[in-house]
This record gives sequence, structure tokens and C-alpha cells, in this order.
Amino acid sequence: MLFKTLADPTRRAIFERLCRDGEQTVRALTARSGVSQPAVSKHLRVLKHAGLVRDRHEGRQTHYSPQLGALAPLIDWTSQMAGFWQRRFDHLEDLLKRMDR
Amino acid sequence: MNKESTETLSVVTEREMPHPPEKIWRALTQQPLIEEWLMKNDFEPRVDHRFKFRADWGEVDGQVLAVEPNKTLTYTWVAMGLESVVTWTLTPTSTGTHVRVEQTGFRPDQQRAYNGAKYGWQQFFAALEQVVARTD
Repeated sequence: MLFKTLADPTRRAIFERLCRDGEQTVRALTARSGVSQPAVSKHLRVLKHAGLVRDRHEGRQTHYSPQLGALAPLIDWTSQMAGFWQRRFDHLEDLLKRMDR
Repeated sequence: MNKESTETLSVVTEREMPHPPEKIWRALTQQPLIEEWLMKNDFEPRVDHRFKFRADWGEVDGQVLAVEPNKTLTYTWVAMGLESVVTWTLTPTSTGTHVRVEQTGFRPDQQRAYNGAKYGWQQFFAALEQVVARTD
């Protein structure tokens, strides 16, 4: 779901901007997104549904902030990379055995 | 961001292999051999050489940083917006070679790269896992 949610480049750009600059209103996000406010709002709803952003209402404005915790399952980088290299080492050893022949 | 996330991320994988360093060096540096255990590539063991590793799930861009034949090889590894450095170290032992690979990732305090990389790697690994599952 996170994967799918962030596959859209416009949505990803909105999420990146929130990560980079912190909490912002829909209006502020729209001003820099190059798409209409309804489109930005729609992307934000999808992001919220995925748990990637949280909204906060203040007067007539809605503020959105990134929820980096939602990304935690995605970023166990070291164990994933270690697994990658372990498998490659297996392949490398197979190759080295073949090179003897 | 928590304290740990301000450190450079690093992965070390090591293994003793009953083969001489010269032979392992060939497997690490010659295109047809690299393809057999890692990925399709246009690699050359020459400092500054830019290359790509290619697989069904995507590409890794790299540039050779250091070459010391039969001993060490260092290159950048850029995939899905995440830059890291891969260093191979071959150390002769009485029975063969100690092979060590260290991959050092971005510094997470570079927030933008970090945040970008978080889902970038997921794409990378999701695709990778599919490939691995198919080949098992």
C-alpha cells in the first residue's frame, strides 16, 4: 500500500515537500505543486489513508504533516542489504566453483 | 528523527572462500563473470569509469572510485535515488581468501536524500525479492 501510494510522482512530490519543509496547508502545497487544489486535496486524502500524513484543522485551514513512522517497515536498509549480499555471495561461490572446471 | 538516524548506515558481509584472491578478483571485475553472480553490466576496473548494473527490476549506476588489483575495489552504487559506496576487500588466508564487502549508505541527516531513499529502497527490494523468489 505504501509502495502504491508513493508510486504516483505528483503525490510523491507532495509527500517529499512535507518531509522536507514540515507541516503545511493545502493552499501552500498547491501553490508549489503545479496542479489544482482539488487534485492536491485528493492526493493528500490518499496519503492520509496510507498513514503517511496527518491532518490538523485550524479555522478554515487544514494543515498536513508527514508521518515518517509510517515508513518504518520500508527502511530496514541494513538487514535487507545484508540479505542481498549474502545471496550474491552464494552466487559468487557457485561461479568460483564453475571457474575451476 | 531519532539519534540512530544521524549515523551513516553500513552493511558488512564477509565470507571465507577457498579460492585465491586473483580468481575472486576476476569474478569481481570482468563483465561476463560479474553478470553470472551479480547483474548485467558494462563494468571496467578503471578509476572514474562509469557503469551500470542492469536487472529486470531496474538499474544501479556506479562509478569506480578505487582499484588495487587483487586487494580492494571501491565503487559508488546509486539505485532509486539512494547513493552508497561499495568496497570490496580481499585478504589472502592459508586456505583461500577472506572476502569482505561493505556498503555504506547516505547520511540520514541529509533529510531529503533519506526521505527519498526510504521508499526508493522498498521499490528496489520489492522487485529484487520477486526476482529472487522466481529464481529459487
